[in-house]
Amino acid sequence: MSDMQPGIDLATRTEALESLLVERGLADAKTVETFIGIYETQVGPMNGAKVVAKAWTDPEYKERLLSDGTAAVAELGFKGPQGEHIVVLENTATEHNVVVCTLCSCYPWPLLGLPPSWYKDSAYRSRVVKEPRAVLAEWGTELGPDVAVKVHDSSSEVRYFILPERPAGTESLSEEELAGLVTRDAMVGVTKVAS
Amino acid sequence: MTAVLPELDVDGPAAPPRANGELVFAEPWQGRAFGLVMTLTEQGVVSYDAFRDALVARIAAWEADPPADEPYSYYRCWLQALERVLDEQALVPTAEVDERSAAFAVRPAGHDHDHEDDDHHH
Repeated sequence: MSDMQPGIDLATRTEALESLLVERGLADAKTVETFIGIYETQVGPMNGAKVVAKAWTDPEYKERLLSDGTAAVAELGFKGPQGEHIVVLENTATEHNVVVCTLCSCYPWPLLGLPPSWYKDSAYRSRVVKEPRAVLAEWGTELGPDVAVKVHDSSSEVRYFILPERPAGTESLSEEELAGLVTRDAMVGVTKVAS
Repeated sequence: MTAVLPELDVDGPAAPPRANGELVFAEPWQGRAFGLVMTLTEQGVVSYDAFRDALVARIAAWEADPPADEPYSYYRCWLQALERVLDEQALVPTAEVDERSAAFAVRPAGHDHDHEDDDHHH
């Protein structure tokens, strides 16, 4: 494609493109701002955390979640652009799953919000496939040799979502309190959930 | 070895989901570019698949031959992919984006205030 013009910054170019779209009636500034707001504030990792907490406290829901992730998250009202095909993988004491998108940045947005910048970074995308244990160790996730590590490549067809292991010592917590423990990084699989 | 994951210190593993306080967009234009794609795909002006294919191609092209003077920028690729799709579908020709960008680039400082003055019919 024609590359960016020298001497013109990307902010100016974005503004120019938006003004042309607005003139053509293809977009309006208010709608653009609404979408930015939705993804920044309303869609986010707390949705995924609710799914995890429900699965931890409701064995039947967990079963449905693992057999048909898309339908099970829709039960809680989570769906939307890019969230159509969700496959849920369970992390256990003997198996640790971690998610990457080697092509670009496919990500279960309705559950986790916008991908963090490291997820889009070419260093993470290439290294986690080649040396997942080393990358996980850098995140503070030390896994023994008895734990199988599996790397899953998200695509436009399948968005992987990790059901982290419920931490020990959380038996007395409510579903809502449990949701507060669940981090985005654990749902991508680079960390575990701490109690 | 932690240098390859620069967000590591910012994103503590114990941080609750609501405190994922990372800046999603490094600069405001990235948010605008993101919002434009969401608006256009959600309203059916362009398909998300077409955009995604263009984005994948753009990132792959950068990685295959990284320009010496151009550090990797996800949202640069994002903007280029959007422009490409709009150009291919004859919705916004790239030549017009070039022209408009050049015009905007030479505006005097404080141009936003000029617009406001116009609205007030001074």
